[in-house]
Amino acid sequence: MASMGGPNDLSSEMELDAFRRLFPICFHERHLLESIRPDGRALGRARDTTLMLGAVASANGSALAKIGCTTMLAAIKLEVMTPTAEAPDEGCIAIDFHMPPICSPLVRPGRPAELAPVISKQLSDTILRQGIISGMINLKDLCLVSGKAAWMAYLDIYCLDADGALFDAALLSAVAAFSHLQIPVVSFNDDGRIVLISDDNSGAMKEKEPVNKEKIKLKLNNLPFSLTCILHKNYILADPTSEEESIMETFLTVVLDSSFQLVSLNKPGGPGLAHTSSIQECITLTRQRVKEVQKILQEAISDMEVD
Amino acid sequence: MDLEREGGRGANQLRPIDCTRNVLSRAHGSASCSHGETRVLAAVYGPKAGTKKNENPEKACIEVIWKPKTGQIGKSEKEFEMILKRTLQNICLLTVHPNTTTSIIVQVVHDDGSLLPCAIHAACAALVDAGIPLKYLAVAICCCLTESGQIILDPSKLEEQRMKGFVCIAFPSSIQSVISQGSADVGGESVGNGVITSLTHGVMPVDDYFQCVEQGRAAIIPLSNILKKRLQSQPASKQSKAG
Repeated sequence: MASMGGPNDLSSEMELDAFRRLFPICFHERHLLESIRPDGRALGRARDTTLMLGAVASANGSALAKIGCTTMLAAIKLEVMTPTAEAPDEGCIAIDFHMPPICSPLVRPGRPAELAPVISKQLSDTILRQGIISGMINLKDLCLVSGKAAWMAYLDIYCLDADGALFDAALLSAVAAFSHLQIPVVSFNDDGRIVLISDDNSGAMKEKEPVNKEKIKLKLNNLPFSLTCILHKNYILADPTSEEESIMETFLTVVLDSSFQLVSLNKPGGPGLAHTSSIQECITLTRQRVKEVQKILQEAISDMEVD
Repeated sequence: MDLEREGGRGANQLRPIDCTRNVLSRAHGSASCSHGETRVLAAVYGPKAGTKKNENPEKACIEVIWKPKTGQIGKSEKEFEMILKRTLQNICLLTVHPNTTTSIIVQVVHDDGSLLPCAIHAACAALVDAGIPLKYLAVAICCCLTESGQIILDPSKLEEQRMKGFVCIAFPSSIQSVISQGSADVGGESVGNGVITSLTHGVMPVDDYFQCVEQGRAAIIPLSNILKKRLQSQPASKQSKAG
């Protein structure tokens, strides 16, 4: 810390942007002393979140989620497949998270981002947690004919703008896409294969018996929502931007479901230690965030239904 | 109402742990760690000159390569790599050798539950063997939550798959300071109270999570003593590895 005299002397003469680039930790700590962050937010407040359902018209379910500048586009496409022998009355969900070069100057084409497979796996673990207590989606709902046909759902999430808190935005867009998902009506063909019944040939409906009666919405219980917090010395910053994440590298992601049970608490190391009191505070911040986001999701769903 | 465990283990009983250093001749540092049947081999090469592209050149860079026992490298290996890298970033003194890269290669020999703690111990022992400067050692433990709310430590693979929830926590090992007591405290809470890494799987109430942390912290103390004894008791290698 011998150079502390340096930034303090120069700060009166230097331009703000230059100071921000040259002494980033000092710049942020000056703000934290006043309990505020460079973009004017309070320490525990998340950025503005918006949700738009049905962003991809050709997909069966889709959503565009924006938390501040971080933008995620999630789309679900359904395909009929034969279920496996071990689980003849369960469908399947494949989750993939992509970080194309558009999202950040650090991601170049041909070199997949290091963060992408990690977030992809964390999303799979959170959404598909099966076990004694069933997760968000019951795979048995995706079954059409036991042993012969079931739905395979491909959930693809594209990061369009990576500005911190990627997992939060990705989880929100995935949950919203599942809320928006409409399973199309299908019936058996003459060959015994499943075909889609489109809305046009209502005449054909009388001959073919639909296998699933009307366009079903998937039944979702205990939706998970998350919040990433940064731990820096004694401060806890909720919902970091990418600048904050790159400077203060210790972060903690808490995922709670709508009954405030802990779905996942992920602190993958990092230069700082997390004390029990900090973890408690992060969980409290996440609880508030869950209530906020639930409201936003409800509003987005009701907007869709009005249309 | 205690759960029956294989081999008659108690709920708080850990499997026998073994840790050997200097098992590979060409690596700058190497170690093999086993928790019961789970076995992991770790090798350290470094410090080597230069850092990777997007890393900070004012600090040392740590690179982890995780090799599974079978199969291709997929997303879970990448996740383990990231977790191990960030855990080791916490324990290493990164400013001692700036602009260098230290590579740690972890090879899973057998996975019978508690894989990540075993890998963390093997990586720490390999770093000690290579002489990389560390702040403290990391000691990790896995806890499982049964349906009845009981917490069992160090589960085997079968137990992990049947459990409602699963928590893996890494703590810093206690610092034996040469300076007197007061300096070990940082801002009111001593360093030993913190958690380096924490991962959970499965839904659980928040209070159960904190109970797992407390039980894990209590079980860490004998574990860290065993590990330290194992690391000390082996004679240092006299040959130079630079060639």
